[in-house]
Amino acid sequence: MTSRVTSRDADRVTLLVLLAIMVVVTAASIRFGAIDFSFRDMLEAASGTLAGRADLTLDQRIFMQLRVPRAILCLLVGACLGVGGTLMQALFRNPIVEPGLVGTSSGAAFGAALFYVFGALLKVDLGAWTLPLAACGGGVLSTYLVFALAQTKHGARSSIMLLLLTGLAINALFMSGIGFLSYVARDPQARSIIYWNLGTMSGADWWSVTVVGICTIGGVFAALLYAKPLNALMIGEEEAIALGVNVRRLKWIVLTINVIMVAVATAFTGVISFVGLIVPHILRIIRGPDNRFLITGSALLGGTLLSVADLIARVSLRPAELPIGIVTSVVGVPVFLSLLRRREYLF
Amino acid sequence: MLDARDIVFRAGGNVLLDRVSAAFEPARLHLIIGANGAGKSTFVRVLSRLLRPDEGRVTYGGADAAHWSERDLARHRAVLSQAFEVAFPIPVRELVMMGRYPHFRGRPRAADDQVVNEVMQFFDVTDMAERSYGTLSGGERQRVNFARVLAQIWQPLDGASRYLFLDEPLTFLDIRHQIDFMKKVKAFATQPDVVVVGVVHDLNLAARFADRLLVIHHGRVLADGPTAEVLTREYLERAFQVTPVLLTNPASGDVLLAFE
Repeated sequence: MTSRVTSRDADRVTLLVLLAIMVVVTAASIRFGAIDFSFRDMLEAASGTLAGRADLTLDQRIFMQLRVPRAILCLLVGACLGVGGTLMQALFRNPIVEPGLVGTSSGAAFGAALFYVFGALLKVDLGAWTLPLAACGGGVLSTYLVFALAQTKHGARSSIMLLLLTGLAINALFMSGIGFLSYVARDPQARSIIYWNLGTMSGADWWSVTVVGICTIGGVFAALLYAKPLNALMIGEEEAIALGVNVRRLKWIVLTINVIMVAVATAFTGVISFVGLIVPHILRIIRGPDNRFLITGSALLGGTLLSVADLIARVSLRPAELPIGIVTSVVGVPVFLSLLRRREYLF
Repeated sequence: MLDARDIVFRAGGNVLLDRVSAAFEPARLHLIIGANGAGKSTFVRVLSRLLRPDEGRVTYGGADAAHWSERDLARHRAVLSQAFEVAFPIPVRELVMMGRYPHFRGRPRAADDQVVNEVMQFFDVTDMAERSYGTLSGGERQRVNFARVLAQIWQPLDGASRYLFLDEPLTFLDIRHQIDFMKKVKAFATQPDVVVVGVVHDLNLAARFADRLLVIHHGRVLADGPTAEVLTREYLERAFQVTPVLLTNPASGDVLLAFE
C-alpha cells in the first residue's frame, strides 16, 4: 500500500534532515566559544593529534582536549535525555512525563550534594571519578527505591500508576534532602550544589565521552528493540497484553534502559531539565507517535538541542559561561509552548 | 474448542468466580449474560488469559493455555473491550496495523498490509485511514478497534483454532451499528475454526444473535444452553431481579423481551 511506503520514506527523510542539522550544529559548537577557531585551526589540531605530534599549540590542545569532547558529550547527553523522555512517555502513556520521573535525576542530584557537603570527610578518594560515582549511585539507589516500593502482586494496570505516584513521592523526598544539604552547607559547597543542579558541560573530557558514549549507543539500540511493544502500549496495558506483549517484562527492561542512560548522563553533567520532556513532543508534532521513529529521532534531536543550548551558554556571556540548565529552560519553554498551541496536536 | 474447568478467581477478599466450568464450541456464537458485578467480564478475561485464575484451568483446543507464550497466544486469540482513550494522536491505519504486531518482526510484510486493507474494508473504516483516532466518535472508534482485533486473527494459522473474545463491545454504538456489529460477529463466528465468546448487556440482542447463552449469577453458572432454553422467565428473574414478559418478534420469530 502506497501510504505506508510514503510514511516510511518520510520517516527516513526526517531522520536524515535531523542528522544534517546535528552535523551543522556540532560544527558550529566546536568552532565558537570562549575562543573562536577557524576551520583551518580545527583541521590542523585534529590532524596533528591523530598524527601524534607533540608540538601542538596551547589553543590546538584546548580544542582537542576540551572543545571537541565537550561537543560530543553534549550530543551524547542530549541523546540520553531525549531517548529517556521518549521511553518514559511511551511506558507511562502520558505526555507530561520526563525521564527523571522514576527518581533518577533527583537521586543523582542528592548523591552529588552529599559528595559536595561530606565528600571531604570520606577516606576513599577516587579523584575525578568521585562525583560521577556519587551521583550515579544516588540515581540508581533512588530509582531502585521507587521500583521496590511500587512492587505489587496485582496486574500490570495498577502497577504503572503506582510507579508514577511513588516516583513523584520519592522525587519530593530527595529534593527536600538536597534542600537540607544546601541549607547546612557552607558557602562554596552550597554554590557547588546549586551550580550542579543547573547542569554544566564544563567537566567534559575523553573519559566521560567514552563512558557516556557506551551507555548512549547501547541504550539506543536496546530501546529500538522494544519500539513495537511500546507502540502497542499506547492503546492500553490490557490491549497490549492481548496483542502478545509481556507488559511486566517490558516495563522492567525499559525502565532499566532509562535509568542507565539518565543516571550516567546526569552523573557527568548535573541536572539538565526540559530536554527529555520537549524532544519527543517536537518529533510527534512533526511525524506522529511511532516509537520506531521517535527513538532514533529523539537521539538526534536531543543531542542537537543540547548542543545549541551549550553554544548559547558559552557565547552569550563570553568569556564567562551560563549554566546549561538555565539555557535549556529559557529557550525550551517558549518553543514548547508555541508548538503546543498548534491545533493539530490536540488529542 | 475452548474449555474452562473449575475456575476460581478472587480479588480483595471477594470470590468473583466460584468454580465456574463451561465449554465453548467453534462455529457458534456464545454470549454471556448476567447482572452488573455477576462476574461476566472477569470470566471473559480469565478465558482470554488477560487474568490468571487462582484455581482451575483454561484449555484451548486441548493445549493448556497456561503454557503458551504471550506472542503465540496473540496469534490465535484476540480480545475486543470497550473503546479506549489514547495518550498520543495515532493515525487509524497505524492502530489497525497493531493487530498484526504478533505476526511480524520489524516492519510489516505485504501480507500484513493486505490483511489490514481487508479488515478496514470489512468495517467500513478505509476512509478514515489517515485520521487521528482521538478525533473519531465513540462509534467510529469501536469499529476501528474491531478492525484491529480481527486483523489479529483474520486468517487461519498453523491449522489451529482462532479465538475471539468480546467484553461488552457494544458500548457507545447506536442501534444501527449494534445490529451491524453483531451481524459481522455472527458472520465471523460461522467459520469452522473460530470460537467466539462475548459479554453483552442488551438481552434482546443476545436473544437475536446468540447460538448459546451462559448466565452468570454471583460468580456461578446459573444456566448454560441453547438460547431458547436459557431465556426463560425463571432464569431471568433470578439473574436480574426483574420480571420479564416473553414475546415473539413478529419479524424474525425470535424471543423478544419486555420487562414489567
